[in-house]
Parts: sequence; structure tokens; C-alpha cells
Amino acid sequence: MKKTFRFEDLDCANCAAKIENAISKLEGVNKVSVSFLAQKMILDADDSRFDEIVKEAAKIAKKVDCDCTLIIG
Amino acid sequence: MSKKQKKLLVRIIISAVLFAIIFPAEHFFEINKYIVLCLYLVPYFVAGFDVLKKSINGIGHGQIFDENFLMGIATVAAFVIGEYHEAVFVMLFFQTGELFQNFAVEKSRKSISSLMDICPETAVVLRENEEEEVFPEEVEVGQTVIVRAGEKIPLDGVVTDGTSDIDTSSLTGESNPVSVKSGDNVLGGCINLSGTLKIETTKEYSESTVAKILELVENSSMHKAKREQFITKFAKYYTPVVVICAVLLAVIPSLITGNVTDWVYRALIFLVVSCPCALVISVPLSFFGGIGAASSKGILIKGANYLEALAATQTVLFDKTGTLTKGEFSVGEIYTANSFSEDELLYFAASAEYYSLHPLALAVRKRAKNFQKPAGSEELAGFGVKAVVGADTVLAGNAALMEKENIEFTVSPQNSTTVYVAVNSVFAGSIVLTDTVKDTSSDAVKQLKEIGVKNIVMLTGDSEKAALSIAKKLGITSVHHSLLPADKVKIAGKMCKEKEKNSTLVFVGDGINDAPVLACADVGIAMGTLGSDAAVEAADVVIMDDNTEKIATVIRIAKRTVNIVRQNVVFALTVKFAVLILAAFGLTNMWIGVFADVGVAVIAILNAMRTLKIK
Repeated sequence: MKKTFRFEDLDCANCAAKIENAISKLEGVNKVSVSFLAQKMILDADDSRFDEIVKEAAKIAKKVDCDCTLIIG
Repeated sequence: MSKKQKKLLVRIIISAVLFAIIFPAEHFFEINKYIVLCLYLVPYFVAGFDVLKKSINGIGHGQIFDENFLMGIATVAAFVIGEYHEAVFVMLFFQTGELFQNFAVEKSRKSISSLMDICPETAVVLRENEEEEVFPEEVEVGQTVIVRAGEKIPLDGVVTDGTSDIDTSSLTGESNPVSVKSGDNVLGGCINLSGTLKIETTKEYSESTVAKILELVENSSMHKAKREQFITKFAKYYTPVVVICAVLLAVIPSLITGNVTDWVYRALIFLVVSCPCALVISVPLSFFGGIGAASSKGILIKGANYLEALAATQTVLFDKTGTLTKGEFSVGEIYTANSFSEDELLYFAASAEYYSLHPLALAVRKRAKNFQKPAGSEELAGFGVKAVVGADTVLAGNAALMEKENIEFTVSPQNSTTVYVAVNSVFAGSIVLTDTVKDTSSDAVKQLKEIGVKNIVMLTGDSEKAALSIAKKLGITSVHHSLLPADKVKIAGKMCKEKEKNSTLVFVGDGINDAPVLACADVGIAMGTLGSDAAVEAADVVIMDDNTEKIATVIRIAKRTVNIVRQNVVFALTVKFAVLILAAFGLTNMWIGVFADVGVAVIAILNAMRTLKIK
């Protein structure tokens, strides 16, 4: 499944790169692209684990840059 | 300016004022060292408490190479070794830089979206003869919307009432208004210039051309350019390596020389310079700006990677029809044979091609006065059609079809595309069709040569004569003619393999039936395809109107963008490495270090924003 998510207050470009890198290492993620400029993430991941992956991705985002929130929903 | 930015600005000003009072005061009056420390801590915390907070959070999350953490460590350590005013100044400058960065990025993001200011905000929909103002998203297919002069057409649809001129420039970059009347298709995002129009919507907002374009441009930053990927990778190693160097620099020489303060100070400069932000922001920002500049000219680019590839264009393949020529044929000379009359010839040809949507068939049908549905017809790809019209078997197609069917025929004397017709295996005559070359095409070819495109190649299904005569007119020397659709893919594939390494092969098509070739080239450009979903889907770059010169324009934008990216990378790396070397030898101070960090970032961002203005 492929879905687009929005970020709020993703303030640093380097953080965006770090978030992308960390999410891409999650199990079941086929491809992920985080754009600092669009404040968006396109996630392509296995259907069976998709919701879980999204939750983990949100955690990762918080961990790397505590200001930013991945908007789920 | 957002609330967050305003708060930061206020804090920076307060902190700067305090610093400006304390700094001279400390020199004029003999104040106890600890009181001085306490005094400096006030502006320090005012400016940097969030940085410190974030860095503490960062440690908790194991993010030790976070810029906040590095800046926190550097300034705290500066306090420890007694460099109070430097610590405050570095924090101040860092925050100012952050604010600038934030501001600049937001501004360029906004100017791109204003370039893309095609999104209609409201729609006036007619429900039970009452006008109602709603969001475009709420309008259903088949409803009627009313658009008055000066308003934006909210959704794609068909005009049911009224005549007007519309401005399509936000979609096509073409400034001449287009006149529309009842029955014409119009696209959302165009501006109604004169009369009031009633429009029956044909698409929902999310499916409309405007929504698709907006999504496409917004998501273009998701397709990352090679240079961007390289910089991200570089950043991943750069920060840890510089930090490790800083640690080594603080420990080893200190142990040898015993001069701890001096070496720790040098190491702190390393920490300040270790953030790769200037590069990490400016590279994608430049590409985003370039894509924005292109979109303001009616050129949609689906990703930064394509823009980057376009800059290295050496070969441009044109699929002639619809790119170099208008793709609108008209019947020219008609040659009859074996006592068929002109009308009979047209009748058989038009009937045989009854089902075909090929531009040639359209032209023949347009000219023929009467024709009928064939009892059966079979498309012979690359040759033409075979159909049963009434009681007669009709063949209509190119010379190869006649040869294949062993029909004696006369080759037409014209240098143009010709349809040969045979009825019951007897040659009936030939119809010459002329395709008009676009006014812009020969200039376009000239411009491509000027900007350094080495090979310009024309692909066409036309006969040798017709192809060469058009090519000569346009100044194209390399021509592949008499091609079947499958041949085009083969040729593109072969040229892709043979091209120089790191150079780009561009294919330009009209977006109809050329999806396989579009996909096979490095960059596929579809043009003249406003509103055609299939072409937008298959191509990497979409030129909204049919101006051939825009191919040179987009390559020029790509070249300038990549140039700016290069400048930024070289500038940022040179300054950073220079400061690192100077710092290692103790020839610089933290002030310069912080300039090499945020100062360089701001300059790089400002430079990146120039891409927005590329003409």
C-alpha cells in the first residue's frame, strides 16, 4: 500500500533525511520518501504491517526531531 | 512570519540587547568573575533555552549528532573554559541563522505555491435555480457551475451557455486568451476574462487537471535527485567524522602540550562547523525552485531527478507528429487511377477508416462528403486498414501495404504522407495529406543546438521523402523514417545503450500511443497534452501547450539549476573545510566557526532561491 502523510513543524532538513533513513530500515517498508520542502512523507509498505509501520514511523519522527509530528489519519 | 518565528525573533532581540550591555560593562568595570558568568548566562538562556532543551531530549533519544546537541555542547564547553561572551555570541548567531533559514525556506515554499496559484478557492454552483457558493471539492460531476468575468473556473467541464475569452496562462504559460463557446471543453484553473459562463462539470475536483497538477508539483520533491542523495549520504558521515576529529583534537594535543584550554577551544569550533545543514537544505531547495520556475511556464516536471537529468541532455529524439508538426492533417492533392472518381476514392478511403482515430483518418473523413460504416475492418499496424465496405474489399494505407498485397500502384509525386487506396485489389488512387510544421519548431531546433544538445533526431512513420523534406526545413540531419510503432521503441532503446555515459537521452512525444518509448528514454517529455491523463501518467515532463521551444526552455532551466546546486556545494564545502583547517591550527575563532555553519547556510539558501527566477 502507498500512502501520503503530512508533517507538522518538521524544521530541519537534516532531520528529514535521518527520519527517512530510519523508517526505510523498518521491516516491511518497500520505499519511503520524506520531503522537508513539501513537509510530506510517501510511504510504500506491506499491507499486513502498514498501520504498525505508520505508528513506528511517527515514533521515529518524534525521536529524531522532538518538535515535529507525523499527522496520522 | 509565523508565531514561532516571532517568538524566536523577540528572544534574539532581548538577548542581543542584554549582550550589548554586558559586553562593554565587563570591560569598563572590575566585576567578579562569577558575577560576569551569571550575567552572561542570562542572554545565553534567553536565546538558547530551546536548543538546550532539545539537546537534552536528543541525548535521551540517542541523537548525539543532532545540531542542537552539538551547539549545546559547544557553548556549554565554551562557558567551562571561560569564553563567556563567545558562548553567548555563538548561540545568538546560531539562532539568528536558524530564524533566517526558516524564513527563507518558508518564503521560497510560498513563492512556489504562488507560482502555482491555480487552485480555485470557491465554486458557484447552480442548485434548483439557486446560486450557492461552495468549495470546489463539494461539486459533483454533472452539476452546473457559474463563472463570471474575472473569476477562476473551478472545475473541468463543458460550457453549456455563454461565450467568453479565457486565460489559460496559469496552466499553459501561454498568454494569448482562448475564446470558448457552448460545447467547448474548459479546464479548472483558467480565468474567465469577459462573459458569464455556465459550465457542466465533467470531473470531480480530486480528478480535475488542476488538482493533478498541484499534486504532481508538490510531490516532485519526493523524487530525489542524485546530487541530493549524495549530499544526504555525505551528511551522514560528515557530522560523525568531524565530531570524532573534535574529540581527538581536544584530547591528544592537550595531553602532549598540557595546554587544555587552547585545544578544547579549537575542538569547539569543529563542533560548531559539524552541521551539514547548508548543503542538506540548499540542494533540494534549488531543485524545487527550478521545478517551480518551470511550472510557471506551463512545464510540469515530476521530480528533481528528471530536472537533474535534463541538464545533461545530449540527445533529443522527436516523435515528429504532434511535436514538430501540429499533428493536424489536411487533404492536399488527390490522384485517381483506373477510372475511379475523386468522390469515389474519398468515399472508399473514409469508409475504410471509419473506426480509426489516427489523425490521417480524421483528415480523410473530414474531406469526404459521404461515407458509411464498413461491414468489417481490420487494423494492420504500420500498414493501414483492410475493410469491407458494402460489397467491396478496400485497402487503405501506405505504399508498403500496396506492395504487401501485390497491387500495382503509382507512387505519388508529392513529398508528403500519402494514403493509397485499392478496391477489390485494383488501385483506386492516392490521397496526399499534409501535416503543418509548427511555427515554433525550427526556432526550437536552433535553440536546442545553441544550448549544446549534440544529437537531434526525428522519428517518423512517414515515407523517406516526406520525412526528409520536413527534416530539411527544420535543420534536423538525423532522421529515422518509415517506422512502425515498435521500431521507435527499438531505436530509442538502442540509442540509450550507445549514448555516452552520464549523458541524457530525451524523448519528446505527443503523449498518444508512445508510452513505451516515453518509459524507455531517460526523460520522456509529452507535449500539447493539456488535460490528457494518459500522457501525464506516462511522461516525466509534461509541456502543457504545444510550443516546441519549451523543450529548450526546460533544458536551460535544468542547466541553471544544476549550476546553482554546484555553486552551493562547492561554496559550503570550501568554507567548512577552510574553517576546519584554520581551527585545527588555532588560526580562527568560534565567531568564524558559527559563520561557516549558519552563515553559509543562509547564503546557500539565498542562492538556491535564485532558481525561482530563472527565465
